[in-house]
Amino acid sequence: MIELIEGVLLTMLAAVTIAIVRQHNLFGVVILAGVYSFLMASVLIVLDAVDVAMTEASVGAGISTVILLATLYLTGSREDPPAHTPALPLFVATVTGAALIWGTFQLPGFGVAHSPIHDHVAPAYLEASTKHEMPPNVVTAVLADFRGYDTLGETTVIFTAGIGVMLLLRGRRKRQHGSAKEASDT
Amino acid sequence: MKLDLILRVGTKLILPFILIFAPYVHFHGDYGPGGGFQAGVIIAAAIILYAIVFGLDAAKRVAPQGLIERLVPLGVLLYASAGLPAMLSNKGRYLDYGVFGHHFAHAHEWGILIVETGVIITVSSTMLAIFYAFADRSRR
Repeated sequence: MIELIEGVLLTMLAAVTIAIVRQHNLFGVVILAGVYSFLMASVLIVLDAVDVAMTEASVGAGISTVILLATLYLTGSREDPPAHTPALPLFVATVTGAALIWGTFQLPGFGVAHSPIHDHVAPAYLEASTKHEMPPNVVTAVLADFRGYDTLGETTVIFTAGIGVMLLLRGRRKRQHGSAKEASDT
Repeated sequence: MKLDLILRVGTKLILPFILIFAPYVHFHGDYGPGGGFQAGVIIAAAIILYAIVFGLDAAKRVAPQGLIERLVPLGVLLYASAGLPAMLSNKGRYLDYGVFGHHFAHAHEWGILIVETGVIITVSSTMLAIFYAFADRSRR
């Protein structure tokens, strides 16, 4: 049953990807990207990664779509005809894709219980969180407690991204205010 | 910008549920899926929905831009300073939650809550600040 659901979801993901590539109206591309994110969130639910699915649905399908639509409002939604032949990008994409697929041959099989990731720190986290009566959702215990430094770093990344966008998009108006002030002073 | 009546009434009906769902996801993160990050995005999404349907000025009256942009570093500061008590009192290393209570599970629950509150503040205000930055630009 689970194979059937996965098969349907992954087929739809591939179909949406092809539709995105073939679509020339950028508004359509943004909406299809939102559909892609919701399908990805469903795949993550099938994989029992509910926390990640929630993040994918809210950030990928929600916030990203809104911000991309706001960008389209600035740039217009028609795609310009390509300036060069797509031969070089096609070559780069094919080689990178082939390298990634070749890399997956080294990965342990799907759902194998004794893959390296399950034999290293994961059992220690599970054991410690049961022993000390930590929160029942181990994901929260790992994120906010065992790996608190990592999450501090991630929060700093979000902070940096926000500051960067604000500097890029709001900087010009500040300067305009400044020059207007200087003009009125002189 | 006046949009369809159904859209406006529908949004007003949905908004309270979205705003209640965010703290649920935040505080229930110990037991179910979610936590500070997801809750922060849900809060930002609620205000962005309000801004899309009722206009940017109405949203800025609810969540003033200056306040939102000050909250962005405040969340990171709260998270980073949660590690200091253990270090300053010589009872543990940076981000050791043992100092927040006598019982192990209790102390760590408090530690996780403080840290997640830092995350929810930074995530929700960053998402909103980015949205405001884009929306302001499209008006000129």
